[in-house]
Amino acid sequence: MTDQHPPETLVSVPHLLARNAQLYADKPAYREKEFGIWQSWTWAETADEVEALALGLLDLGVNVGDHVAVIGRNRPALYWSMVAVQSVGAVPVPLYQDAVVEEMTYVLENCGARFAIAGDQEQVDKIIEAQETVHGIDHVIYFDTRGMRKYDHSEITSFADIQNEGRAAKARLSKQLNKRRDALTYDDTCVMLYTSGTTGRPKGVVLSNRNVIETSKNSSEFDHLSAGEETLAYLPMAWVGDFIFSIGQAYWSAFCVNCPESAETMNADLREIGPTYFFAPPAIFEGHLTQVMIRMEDASRFKRWMFAYFMEHAKSIGPKLLDGKTVSFKDRLIHSIGKYMVYGPLKNRLGMSRVRVGYTAGEAIGPELFDFYRSLGINLKQLYGQTEATVFITQQPDGEVRSDTVGVPSPGVEVKIADNGEVFYRSPGTFVEYYQNPESTASTKDPEGWVATGDAGFIEETSGHLRIIDRIKDVSKMADGSMFAPKYIENKLKFYPNILEAVVFGASRDRCCAFINIDLTAVGNWAERNNIAYSSYQELSQHPQVLDTVLGHVNAVNESVSQDEMLAACQIHRFLVLHKELDADDGEMTRTRKVRRAVIAEKFDDLIDALYDGSDTVYTETEVTYEDGRKGKIKATLDIRDATVIARTKVAA
Amino acid sequence: MNSPVEHYVTTDGRQIGGVMMDLRDITLRFGGVEAIKAISFDIREGEIRAIIGPNGAGKSSMLNVISGFYKPQQGEVYFRGQKRPPLKPYQVARQGVARTFQNIALFEGMSVLDNIMTGRMGHIKSNMLAQAIWAGKAQREENENRAAVERIIDFLEIQAIRKTPVGRLPYGLKKRVELARALAAEPDLLLLDEPMAGMNVEEKEDMSRFILDVNDEFGTTIALIEHDMGVVMDLSDRVVVMDYGRKIGDGTPDEVRNNQEVIDAYLGVAHD
Repeated sequence: MTDQHPPETLVSVPHLLARNAQLYADKPAYREKEFGIWQSWTWAETADEVEALALGLLDLGVNVGDHVAVIGRNRPALYWSMVAVQSVGAVPVPLYQDAVVEEMTYVLENCGARFAIAGDQEQVDKIIEAQETVHGIDHVIYFDTRGMRKYDHSEITSFADIQNEGRAAKARLSKQLNKRRDALTYDDTCVMLYTSGTTGRPKGVVLSNRNVIETSKNSSEFDHLSAGEETLAYLPMAWVGDFIFSIGQAYWSAFCVNCPESAETMNADLREIGPTYFFAPPAIFEGHLTQVMIRMEDASRFKRWMFAYFMEHAKSIGPKLLDGKTVSFKDRLIHSIGKYMVYGPLKNRLGMSRVRVGYTAGEAIGPELFDFYRSLGINLKQLYGQTEATVFITQQPDGEVRSDTVGVPSPGVEVKIADNGEVFYRSPGTFVEYYQNPESTASTKDPEGWVATGDAGFIEETSGHLRIIDRIKDVSKMADGSMFAPKYIENKLKFYPNILEAVVFGASRDRCCAFINIDLTAVGNWAERNNIAYSSYQELSQHPQVLDTVLGHVNAVNESVSQDEMLAACQIHRFLVLHKELDADDGEMTRTRKVRRAVIAEKFDDLIDALYDGSDTVYTETEVTYEDGRKGKIKATLDIRDATVIARTKVAA
Repeated sequence: MNSPVEHYVTTDGRQIGGVMMDLRDITLRFGGVEAIKAISFDIREGEIRAIIGPNGAGKSSMLNVISGFYKPQQGEVYFRGQKRPPLKPYQVARQGVARTFQNIALFEGMSVLDNIMTGRMGHIKSNMLAQAIWAGKAQREENENRAAVERIIDFLEIQAIRKTPVGRLPYGLKKRVELARALAAEPDLLLLDEPMAGMNVEEKEDMSRFILDVNDEFGTTIALIEHDMGVVMDLSDRVVVMDYGRKIGDGTPDEVRNNQEVIDAYLGVAHD
């Protein structure tokens, strides 16, 4: 495909769009389920829609270098918006659609957005509320017209109207649009994405066209992505991964991006589309597995036996087949029967019948969970990356997939480990800078281009794969000087379906203690089967039998940790089960569901004190934020349990 | 009871038109019991009209008179200026009146989609034979009706349960499906009998938003019975208050709220 368009002319996403509109004019570029039917747009139609919007934006007065916020759920119109913004030389800034007003206000203020493109009334309302303190926004464009009639339309216009004005102004403005588009260079800003901000305020990461296009090219080649791929775009548009998968790689490889009808219909839409290239954080895979297991418990005895038998078989054979290792004839035979009886139908149920390349990232994935999908024959792999690297730092090549590593450096990426164990990388995707924040830029990226990831890890000598231990700032010493890596322990705990989240404390202390969040789906189902009545999450979380179950999990984790010489001191001595789910609305987690340790430690300091002072119960009052933004208080008395700690005798490895 | 002003504009800027339905001196008896005693009031084009009152005040009976299910012994119903002769409920429905029920009346075994499709009955013109063999016109009609239903599904945000049998749904969603079915008839006047009974705060908020949106987007006139005073006062443009079959108040929420008789009968008096 590069014959007609030498790579040096493909210097921006709008250029890629022009190429696709020519080479793949009649091939679907976008689909969206609307009114019960999958509507689709070819590359030629996409180019037309984007052009109309871009002309409309010119007409509206968008200047080169302006920041344009884009907020809403994954819809083709919002993806077009980003490309249209780029076409006129401005910079798209996608925002998290579930962000509350304060978060949105901060980002709008920080990037100095002059325009905003919102998906629906809900987002428009938030922007209008933010405008009480943010004064830079000249105009708001909205896509879904529902409920918007009564708004003052002097500074608000519908997406369709902007496009119509653009089409009408074509004769007048198309020359200017072409000029702006042709002026785009490899080093111009492609997009600005805000980091989720596990610590402090979010920072705007500036990514250039070079970052995005080089990365998309390399990673597409790594997994042999072609124009025939189908993906489902359902992860937040503000997240770098979605930008690369649904825009970068999609435009580079010219594959089709499918948008679900609504967040609730995601699973049904997944089945209907049957993506070939699929990305999900571990939580999604875990949710699917939990659902399968719950349904299997309701199945007939014969089906349960069949499921157990073939899954057991698949566990040993499936991964070998995927990795192309030799397998005996008998095993192959059983496996092919299993394919008809269990694996095939199950994969279809999960919407993963056609998955050729699947990735998980963001968090460590439990080995059992990972193996479950691998043994079904789904080519699920891990990658390690971050916004500052335009996603890719390391990834697992086909045939070298393991649950405990994150793979080898991606094409074009150099990785080195500093003396303190921190992972550094340098790549074509290395970000340009943090927006208007030279100090942070300088402390993250050195003059030679090496970027500190903030993660501690090491490269396995035998395989050359990278292994991540924890966030470097979280890795610290306990009172006696032994190593403390909370994330490592928390992940082990979270691998149990009953445990949704865990927060381990122990830095500069003599022993480790933990907060646990139960998973309401799994524990609720267990309670139903065992005739245990409960009226609230809070009540279920403090049920003695639930505490016993969690205690069993903690003890098992302690045993496993005690085998590890480096981390044996991190065994959990005491724990409690929290009375509320940790929530991003309360600031306890980031929008990408990573725990904010400092916030939690401060908010629940009374509980931490109780863990360490030896009391059996603790009374607490906690402020919670409801979905509509109102605040309330919940009161609870929590039980504290002691776990079994295995003495630090050296175990022969 | 006709107010001198024919048109008025609500506080949020909606145009309220002339009288759509005028009920004059309605009296309804069941044997010796007088459920409704000579009540008169009107419903105007485009407004949200609430009927409130304590249990047994005759609110549902009033709604049944409007929908043609009960025939009042005395009094007249004028619909768009014409005196309405005694009609069967389906004939009233054809005039553009649709309703939901206090106790949900859906087909439990059928999917949400099929339930809402039944609301399109009045829009099917092809004969039974054509429908049975799904020939030309019937097929085209079904496609059109399905498209109309899908717009309502989108409007009420129930895409995720499109294919789910109604029997499996929780109460709040069933209420929403019932509203969807009523909307599928594309009514001019929508009657809602306790649309929020038994709902939690969040479900009530959702339902209130849908009612306002229906009124705003489709211009549908709405008459509703509701117990939650907060909801009534927030939603409605004008309120009729009934007590023991009599009308004891009629006016804007503020007027009704300050009417001493209404306060005594319904909103409660301080017990000395």
